[in-house]
Amino acid sequence: MEKAERDKLIAALSAIPDPEIPVITISDLGVLRDVKFTKEGVEVIITPTYSGCPAMKQIADDIASLLKQAGIAQYKVNMVYDPPWTTDWLSDAAKEKLRVYGIAPPEHSSVDKRTLIGKDKIIACPRCGSEKTKMISQFGSTACKALFQCSDCHEPFDHFKCL
Amino acid sequence: MKQGTLFKYLLRLGDTALINTQRLSEWTGHGPFLEEDLALTNIALDNLGRANALLNYAGTVEGKGRTEDDLAFHRDERDFYNILLVELPNGDYANTLTKQFLLSAYEEILYRKLSTSADPVLAGIAKKSVKELTYHVRHTSSWLKRFGNGTDESRAKAQTSLNELWRYTGELFEQNDVDAELIQKNIATELHTIKSEWEKVVLEAITECGLEVPSNAFMQRGSREGKHTEHLGFMLAEMQFLPRAYPDAKW
Repeated sequence: MEKAERDKLIAALSAIPDPEIPVITISDLGVLRDVKFTKEGVEVIITPTYSGCPAMKQIADDIASLLKQAGIAQYKVNMVYDPPWTTDWLSDAAKEKLRVYGIAPPEHSSVDKRTLIGKDKIIACPRCGSEKTKMISQFGSTACKALFQCSDCHEPFDHFKCL
Repeated sequence: MKQGTLFKYLLRLGDTALINTQRLSEWTGHGPFLEEDLALTNIALDNLGRANALLNYAGTVEGKGRTEDDLAFHRDERDFYNILLVELPNGDYANTLTKQFLLSAYEEILYRKLSTSADPVLAGIAKKSVKELTYHVRHTSSWLKRFGNGTDESRAKAQTSLNELWRYTGELFEQNDVDAELIQKNIATELHTIKSEWEKVVLEAITECGLEVPSNAFMQRGSREGKHTEHLGFMLAEMQFLPRAYPDAKW
Protein backbone atom coordinates (compact mmCIF):
# COMPACT_ATOMS: atom_id res chain seq x y z
CA MET A 1 0.00 0.00 0.00
CA GLU A 2 1.28 3.48 -0.89
CA LYS A 3 2.11 5.90 1.89
CA ALA A 4 -0.61 8.35 0.81
CA GLU A 5 -3.16 5.54 0.90
CA ARG A 6 -1.99 4.43 4.35
CA ASP A 7 -2.24 7.97 5.70
CA LYS A 8 -5.74 8.28 4.30
CA LEU A 9 -6.77 5.03 5.94
CA ILE A 10 -5.29 6.02 9.30
CA ALA A 11 -7.10 9.37 9.09
CA ALA A 12 -10.40 7.62 8.33
CA LEU A 13 -9.93 5.17 11.23
CA SER A 14 -9.02 8.02 13.58
CA ALA A 15 -12.23 9.84 12.63
CA ILE A 16 -14.54 6.99 13.77
CA PRO A 17 -16.77 8.49 16.49
CA ASP A 18 -17.06 6.91 19.92
CA PRO A 19 -20.46 5.11 19.96
CA GLU A 20 -21.32 6.40 23.42
CA ILE A 21 -20.00 9.98 23.14
CA PRO A 22 -20.18 10.72 19.40
CA VAL A 23 -18.63 14.20 19.70
CA ILE A 24 -15.20 12.68 20.20
CA THR A 25 -13.40 10.18 18.02
CA ILE A 26 -11.80 6.89 19.05
CA SER A 27 -8.47 8.58 18.38
CA ASP A 28 -9.31 11.60 20.62
CA LEU A 29 -10.26 9.12 23.31
CA GLY A 30 -7.05 7.11 23.05
CA VAL A 31 -8.93 3.89 22.33
CA LEU A 32 -7.25 3.61 18.92
CA ARG A 33 -3.66 2.68 19.78
CA ASP A 34 -1.98 1.71 16.53
CA VAL A 35 -2.47 0.79 12.89
CA LYS A 36 0.08 -1.65 11.48
CA PHE A 37 0.59 -2.57 7.84
CA THR A 38 2.06 -6.05 7.50
CA LYS A 39 2.35 -8.71 4.82
CA GLU A 40 -0.78 -10.31 6.27
CA GLY A 41 -2.75 -7.10 5.87
CA VAL A 42 -3.85 -4.37 8.24
CA GLU A 43 -3.78 -4.77 12.01
CA VAL A 44 -5.70 -2.27 14.11
CA ILE A 45 -4.93 -2.18 17.83
CA ILE A 46 -7.48 -0.85 20.31
CA THR A 47 -7.65 -0.71 24.09
CA PRO A 48 -10.77 -0.48 26.31
CA THR A 49 -11.38 2.48 28.60
CA TYR A 50 -12.76 0.04 31.20
CA SER A 51 -12.24 -3.70 30.83
CA GLY A 52 -15.98 -4.33 30.61
CA CYS A 53 -16.75 -1.42 28.30
CA PRO A 54 -19.65 -2.63 26.13
CA ALA A 55 -18.79 -0.11 23.38
CA MET A 56 -15.68 -2.10 22.40
CA LYS A 57 -17.64 -4.54 20.27
CA GLN A 58 -19.30 -1.67 18.44
CA ILE A 59 -15.96 0.06 17.91
CA ALA A 60 -14.41 -3.15 16.55
CA ASP A 61 -17.42 -3.57 14.21
CA ASP A 62 -17.13 0.05 13.03
CA ILE A 63 -13.43 -0.45 12.28
CA ALA A 64 -14.14 -3.71 10.42
CA SER A 65 -16.84 -2.16 8.24
CA LEU A 66 -14.64 0.85 7.42
CA LEU A 67 -11.80 -1.44 6.37
CA LYS A 68 -14.15 -3.57 4.27
CA GLN A 69 -15.51 -0.48 2.53
CA ALA A 70 -11.95 0.62 1.82
CA GLY A 71 -11.50 -2.68 -0.01
CA ILE A 72 -9.22 -4.30 2.54
CA ALA A 73 -9.96 -7.99 2.85
CA GLN A 74 -7.11 -8.99 5.16
CA TYR A 75 -7.38 -7.29 8.52
CA LYS A 76 -7.38 -7.95 12.25
CA VAL A 77 -8.74 -5.88 15.10
CA ASN A 78 -6.82 -6.72 18.25
CA MET A 79 -7.62 -5.58 21.76
CA VAL A 80 -4.76 -4.98 24.20
CA TYR A 81 -4.83 -4.15 27.93
CA ASP A 82 -1.30 -2.92 28.37
CA PRO A 83 -0.45 -0.08 28.79
CA PRO A 84 -3.76 0.41 30.60
CA TRP A 85 -5.90 3.22 29.26
CA THR A 86 -5.69 6.54 31.08
CA THR A 87 -7.68 9.74 30.77
CA ASP A 88 -4.31 11.51 30.39
CA TRP A 89 -4.45 10.38 26.74
CA LEU A 90 -7.38 12.73 26.09
CA SER A 91 -6.14 15.84 24.31
CA ASP A 92 -7.10 19.32 25.54
CA ALA A 93 -9.22 19.72 22.40
CA ALA A 94 -11.06 16.48 23.21
CA LYS A 95 -11.65 17.62 26.79
CA GLU A 96 -13.14 20.86 25.50
CA LYS A 97 -15.45 18.89 23.18
CA LEU A 98 -16.62 16.85 26.17
CA ARG A 99 -17.34 19.99 28.19
CA VAL A 100 -19.38 21.56 25.39
CA TYR A 101 -21.29 18.27 25.11
CA GLY A 102 -22.23 18.55 28.82
CA ILE A 103 -19.74 16.13 30.33
CA ALA A 104 -17.24 17.57 32.82
CA PRO A 105 -13.86 16.44 31.47
CA PRO A 106 -11.32 14.56 33.60
CA GLU A 107 -8.51 16.34 35.37
CA HIS A 108 -5.00 14.97 35.12
CA SER A 109 -4.89 11.53 36.77
CA SER A 110 -2.53 12.78 39.48
CA VAL A 111 -5.31 15.10 40.67
CA ASP A 112 -7.74 12.24 41.18
CA LYS A 113 -5.42 10.48 43.62
CA ARG A 114 -6.80 12.92 46.16
CA THR A 115 -10.25 11.40 45.89
CA LEU A 116 -8.81 7.94 46.42
CA ILE A 117 -7.65 8.99 49.85
CA GLY A 118 -11.06 10.43 50.56
CA LYS A 119 -10.60 14.10 49.69
CA ASP A 120 -13.15 15.86 47.55
CA LYS A 121 -12.05 17.45 44.34
CA ILE A 122 -13.52 20.43 42.58
CA ILE A 123 -15.30 19.69 39.33
CA ALA A 124 -16.70 22.70 37.50
CA CYS A 125 -20.25 22.45 36.13
CA PRO A 126 -20.02 22.04 32.32
CA ARG A 127 -23.18 24.14 31.88
CA CYS A 128 -22.76 27.22 34.08
CA GLY A 129 -19.10 26.90 35.09
CA SER A 130 -19.85 27.03 38.82
CA GLU A 131 -17.39 25.27 41.07
CA LYS A 132 -20.06 24.62 43.67
CA THR A 133 -20.82 21.06 42.67
CA LYS A 134 -21.18 17.78 44.54
CA MET A 135 -20.73 14.17 43.65
CA ILE A 136 -23.97 12.18 43.68
CA SER A 137 -22.44 8.85 42.79
CA GLN A 138 -18.96 7.53 42.03
CA PHE A 139 -20.59 5.42 39.32
CA GLY A 140 -22.60 7.17 36.61
CA SER A 141 -24.42 6.27 33.41
CA THR A 142 -21.38 4.36 32.15
CA ALA A 143 -18.37 2.84 33.90
CA CYS A 144 -16.15 5.73 32.83
CA LYS A 145 -18.34 8.44 34.32
CA ALA A 146 -19.39 9.64 37.79
CA LEU A 147 -22.60 11.53 38.51
CA PHE A 148 -22.43 15.11 39.82
CA GLN A 149 -24.87 17.91 40.51
CA CYS A 150 -24.35 21.66 40.32
CA SER A 151 -25.45 23.55 43.45
CA ASP A 152 -25.95 26.78 41.47
CA CYS A 153 -27.88 25.80 38.35
CA HIS A 154 -29.03 22.52 39.98
CA GLU A 155 -28.41 20.55 36.80
CA PRO A 156 -27.09 17.02 37.19
CA PHE A 157 -24.14 16.21 34.97
CA ASP A 158 -21.71 13.42 34.12
CA HIS A 159 -18.05 13.73 34.99
CA PHE A 160 -15.55 11.68 33.03
CA LYS A 161 -13.65 9.89 35.81
CA CYS A 162 -9.89 10.12 35.92
CA LEU A 163 -8.20 6.80 35.49
CA MET B 1 5.55 -26.12 32.96
CA LYS B 2 3.25 -28.96 33.88
CA GLN B 3 0.36 -29.09 31.45
CA GLY B 4 -2.54 -27.01 32.60
CA THR B 5 -1.06 -25.28 35.64
CA LEU B 6 -1.45 -21.76 34.26
CA PHE B 7 -4.83 -22.76 32.80
CA LYS B 8 -6.06 -23.77 36.26
CA TYR B 9 -4.75 -20.58 37.81
CA LEU B 10 -6.49 -18.45 35.17
CA LEU B 11 -9.74 -20.35 35.74
CA ARG B 12 -9.52 -19.61 39.45
CA LEU B 13 -9.23 -15.87 38.76
CA GLY B 14 -11.61 -15.81 35.79
CA ASP B 15 -14.32 -17.92 37.45
CA THR B 16 -14.23 -15.75 40.57
CA ALA B 17 -14.81 -12.64 38.45
CA LEU B 18 -17.52 -14.37 36.39
CA ILE B 19 -19.53 -15.78 39.31
CA ASN B 20 -19.25 -12.49 41.18
CA THR B 21 -20.66 -10.75 38.08
CA GLN B 22 -23.60 -13.14 37.93
CA ARG B 23 -24.45 -12.61 41.60
CA LEU B 24 -24.07 -8.82 41.46
CA SER B 25 -26.24 -8.66 38.36
CA GLU B 26 -29.14 -10.02 40.40
CA TRP B 27 -29.26 -6.55 41.99
CA THR B 28 -29.88 -4.84 38.66
CA GLY B 29 -33.19 -3.03 39.00
CA HIS B 30 -33.42 -3.94 42.70
CA GLY B 31 -30.84 -1.58 44.24
CA PRO B 32 -32.01 0.53 47.19
CA PHE B 33 -31.85 3.65 45.01
CA LEU B 34 -30.92 4.45 41.43
CA GLU B 35 -27.30 5.50 42.02
CA GLU B 36 -26.56 2.35 43.99
CA ASP B 37 -28.21 0.27 41.33
CA LEU B 38 -25.83 1.86 38.81
CA ALA B 39 -22.84 1.43 41.10
CA LEU B 40 -23.38 -2.30 41.55
CA THR B 41 -24.06 -2.76 37.84
CA ASN B 42 -20.83 -0.92 37.06
CA ILE B 43 -18.86 -3.07 39.49
CA ALA B 44 -20.44 -6.15 37.90
CA LEU B 45 -19.45 -4.85 34.46
CA ASP B 46 -15.82 -4.41 35.55
CA ASN B 47 -15.88 -7.99 36.81
CA LEU B 48 -17.38 -9.21 33.56
CA GLY B 49 -14.67 -7.46 31.56
CA ARG B 50 -12.00 -9.07 33.71
CA ALA B 51 -13.67 -12.50 33.48
CA ASN B 52 -13.82 -12.13 29.71
CA ALA B 53 -10.12 -11.29 29.44
CA LEU B 54 -8.99 -14.02 31.84
CA LEU B 55 -11.15 -16.80 30.38
CA ASN B 56 -10.20 -15.78 26.85
CA TYR B 57 -6.55 -16.11 27.84
CA ALA B 58 -7.27 -19.40 29.65
CA GLY B 59 -8.71 -20.76 26.39
CA THR B 60 -5.59 -19.66 24.50
CA VAL B 61 -3.29 -21.22 27.12
CA GLU B 62 -5.23 -24.49 27.05
CA GLY B 63 -4.83 -24.64 23.28
CA LYS B 64 -7.93 -26.73 22.54
CA GLY B 65 -9.78 -23.96 20.77
CA ARG B 66 -12.21 -23.20 23.60
CA THR B 67 -13.41 -19.60 23.73
CA GLU B 68 -14.31 -17.59 26.83
CA ASP B 69 -17.98 -18.40 26.15
CA ASP B 70 -17.26 -22.14 25.91
CA LEU B 71 -15.53 -21.98 29.28
CA ALA B 72 -18.28 -19.92 30.89
CA PHE B 73 -21.28 -21.83 29.57
CA HIS B 74 -20.11 -25.37 28.89
CA ARG B 75 -18.40 -26.46 32.08
CA ASP B 76 -20.09 -28.13 35.05
CA GLU B 77 -19.94 -27.16 38.69
CA ARG B 78 -16.96 -29.35 39.61
CA ASP B 79 -14.88 -27.75 36.86
CA PHE B 80 -15.33 -24.26 38.32
CA TYR B 81 -12.58 -22.92 40.58
CA ASN B 82 -14.12 -19.66 41.80
CA ILE B 83 -13.73 -18.94 45.51
CA LEU B 84 -16.80 -19.89 47.57
CA LEU B 85 -17.40 -16.33 48.78
CA VAL B 86 -18.70 -15.11 45.42
CA GLU B 87 -21.26 -17.89 44.95
CA LEU B 88 -23.02 -17.23 48.26
CA PRO B 89 -26.49 -15.69 47.88
CA ASN B 90 -26.64 -11.89 48.01
CA GLY B 91 -28.60 -11.65 51.25
CA ASP B 92 -29.56 -8.12 52.23
CA TYR B 93 -27.76 -5.01 51.06
CA ALA B 94 -25.39 -4.99 54.04
CA ASN B 95 -24.44 -8.58 53.25
CA THR B 96 -23.71 -7.84 49.58
CA LEU B 97 -21.63 -4.75 50.34
CA THR B 98 -19.72 -6.37 53.21
CA LYS B 99 -18.89 -9.29 50.93
CA GLN B 100 -17.81 -6.97 48.13
CA PHE B 101 -15.61 -5.06 50.55
CA LEU B 102 -13.84 -8.20 51.83
CA LEU B 103 -13.41 -9.33 48.24
CA SER B 104 -12.31 -6.11 46.56
CA ALA B 105 -9.78 -5.36 49.33
CA TYR B 106 -8.30 -8.80 48.55
CA GLU B 107 -8.43 -8.41 44.80
CA GLU B 108 -6.91 -4.94 44.83
CA ILE B 109 -3.83 -6.35 46.60
CA LEU B 110 -3.76 -9.55 44.53
CA TYR B 111 -3.95 -7.82 41.16
CA ARG B 112 -1.46 -5.16 42.22
CA LYS B 113 1.04 -8.00 42.83
CA LEU B 114 0.06 -9.74 39.59
CA SER B 115 0.72 -6.58 37.56
CA THR B 116 4.43 -7.44 37.81
CA SER B 117 3.84 -11.09 36.86
CA ALA B 118 6.40 -12.72 34.56
CA ASP B 119 3.47 -13.60 32.28
CA PRO B 120 2.95 -10.45 30.18
CA VAL B 121 -0.72 -11.12 29.31
CA LEU B 122 -1.69 -11.74 32.93
CA ALA B 123 0.30 -8.67 33.99
CA GLY B 124 -1.53 -6.54 31.40
CA ILE B 125 -4.97 -7.69 32.59
CA ALA B 126 -3.88 -7.11 36.20
CA LYS B 127 -2.68 -3.55 35.54
CA LYS B 128 -6.02 -2.74 33.98
CA SER B 129 -7.95 -4.35 36.86
CA VAL B 130 -6.10 -2.53 39.65
CA LYS B 131 -7.37 0.82 38.38
CA GLU B 132 -10.96 -0.41 38.53
CA LEU B 133 -10.57 -2.22 41.84
CA THR B 134 -9.36 0.96 43.50
CA TYR B 135 -12.84 2.37 42.90
CA HIS B 136 -14.50 -0.82 44.17
CA VAL B 137 -12.58 -0.68 47.46
CA ARG B 138 -13.43 2.98 47.87
CA HIS B 139 -17.11 2.46 47.22
CA THR B 140 -17.57 -0.65 49.37
CA SER B 141 -15.51 0.64 52.30
CA SER B 142 -17.55 3.84 52.34
CA TRP B 143 -20.69 1.69 52.70
CA LEU B 144 -19.19 -0.36 55.50
CA LYS B 145 -18.57 2.95 57.30
CA ARG B 146 -22.17 4.00 56.78
CA PHE B 147 -23.53 0.69 58.05
CA GLY B 148 -21.21 0.60 61.06
CA ASN B 149 -21.74 4.21 62.07
CA GLY B 150 -25.40 4.34 61.06
CA THR B 151 -28.35 3.05 63.05
CA ASP B 152 -28.48 0.11 65.46
CA GLU B 153 -30.19 -1.86 62.73
CA SER B 154 -27.62 -1.11 60.03
CA ARG B 155 -24.77 -1.93 62.41
CA ALA B 156 -26.42 -5.20 63.45
CA LYS B 157 -26.92 -6.19 59.81
CA ALA B 158 -23.32 -5.42 58.90
CA GLN B 159 -22.06 -7.37 61.95
CA THR B 160 -24.24 -10.38 61.15
CA SER B 161 -22.96 -10.33 57.57
CA LEU B 162 -19.35 -10.14 58.71
CA ASN B 163 -19.85 -13.06 61.08
CA GLU B 164 -21.48 -15.16 58.36
CA LEU B 165 -18.96 -14.34 55.64
CA TRP B 166 -15.80 -14.57 57.72
CA ARG B 167 -15.49 -18.37 57.46
CA TYR B 168 -15.17 -18.04 53.68
CA THR B 169 -12.15 -15.74 53.81
CA GLY B 170 -9.57 -18.35 54.87
CA GLU B 171 -9.72 -19.88 51.42
CA LEU B 172 -8.58 -16.68 49.74
CA PHE B 173 -5.06 -17.34 50.97
CA GLU B 174 -4.89 -21.10 50.42
CA GLN B 175 -2.07 -22.24 48.17
CA ASN B 176 -1.71 -25.56 46.38
CA ASP B 177 0.75 -27.03 43.87
CA VAL B 178 -0.61 -24.71 41.15
CA ASP B 179 0.55 -21.72 43.20
CA ALA B 180 3.84 -23.36 44.14
CA GLU B 181 4.80 -23.93 40.54
CA LEU B 182 3.71 -20.52 39.29
CA ILE B 183 5.31 -18.64 42.20
CA GLN B 184 8.60 -20.30 41.34
CA LYS B 185 8.25 -18.95 37.80
CA ASN B 186 7.29 -15.48 39.09
CA ILE B 187 3.90 -15.77 37.38
CA ALA B 188 1.74 -16.02 40.49
CA THR B 189 2.18 -14.33 43.84
CA GLU B 190 2.67 -15.56 47.40
CA LEU B 191 -0.76 -15.49 49.05
CA HIS B 192 0.65 -15.53 52.58
CA THR B 193 2.19 -12.11 51.97
CA ILE B 194 -1.13 -10.84 50.68
CA LYS B 195 -2.84 -12.13 53.81
CA SER B 196 -1.02 -9.80 56.18
CA GLU B 197 -1.68 -6.83 53.88
CA TRP B 198 -5.35 -7.76 53.56
CA GLU B 199 -5.75 -8.20 57.31
CA LYS B 200 -4.25 -4.78 57.89
CA VAL B 201 -6.73 -3.08 55.52
CA VAL B 202 -9.76 -5.09 56.60
CA LEU B 203 -9.21 -5.15 60.35
CA GLU B 204 -8.56 -1.42 60.34
CA ALA B 205 -11.74 -0.72 58.39
CA ILE B 206 -13.85 -3.00 60.61
CA THR B 207 -12.57 -1.39 63.79
CA GLU B 208 -12.97 2.12 62.36
CA CYS B 209 -16.62 1.35 61.60
CA GLY B 210 -17.28 0.33 65.18
CA LEU B 211 -17.76 -3.30 64.16
CA GLU B 212 -16.17 -6.34 65.73
CA VAL B 213 -13.71 -8.64 64.02
CA PRO B 214 -15.31 -12.11 64.01
CA SER B 215 -13.52 -14.58 66.25
CA ASN B 216 -14.61 -17.85 64.64
CA ALA B 217 -11.61 -19.94 63.72
CA PHE B 218 -13.33 -22.47 61.46
CA MET B 219 -12.70 -21.76 57.80
CA GLN B 220 -14.68 -23.37 54.99
CA ARG B 221 -12.66 -24.55 52.02
CA GLY B 222 -12.99 -26.65 48.86
CA SER B 223 -12.98 -24.45 45.76
CA ARG B 224 -9.34 -25.17 44.93
CA GLU B 225 -10.49 -28.73 44.14
CA GLY B 226 -13.71 -27.60 42.51
CA LYS B 227 -15.83 -28.44 45.56
CA HIS B 228 -18.57 -25.88 46.04
CA THR B 229 -21.51 -24.91 48.21
CA GLU B 230 -24.97 -26.00 47.09
CA HIS B 231 -25.56 -22.52 45.66
CA LEU B 232 -23.26 -22.72 42.64
CA GLY B 233 -25.22 -25.43 40.84
CA PHE B 234 -28.41 -23.38 40.89
CA MET B 235 -26.55 -20.32 39.64
CA LEU B 236 -25.00 -22.20 36.75
CA ALA B 237 -28.35 -23.74 35.83
CA GLU B 238 -29.72 -20.25 35.34
CA MET B 239 -26.59 -18.73 33.78
CA GLN B 240 -25.93 -21.58 31.34
CA PHE B 241 -29.48 -22.44 30.33
CA LEU B 242 -29.75 -20.40 27.15
CA PRO B 243 -26.47 -21.31 25.43
CA ARG B 244 -27.00 -24.97 26.34
CA ALA B 245 -30.64 -25.16 25.26
CA TYR B 246 -30.00 -23.19 22.08
CA PRO B 247 -26.37 -23.90 21.14
CA ASP B 248 -26.63 -21.97 17.88
CA ALA B 249 -28.08 -18.84 19.45
CA LYS B 250 -26.16 -15.71 18.49
CA TRP B 251 -26.42 -12.22 19.94
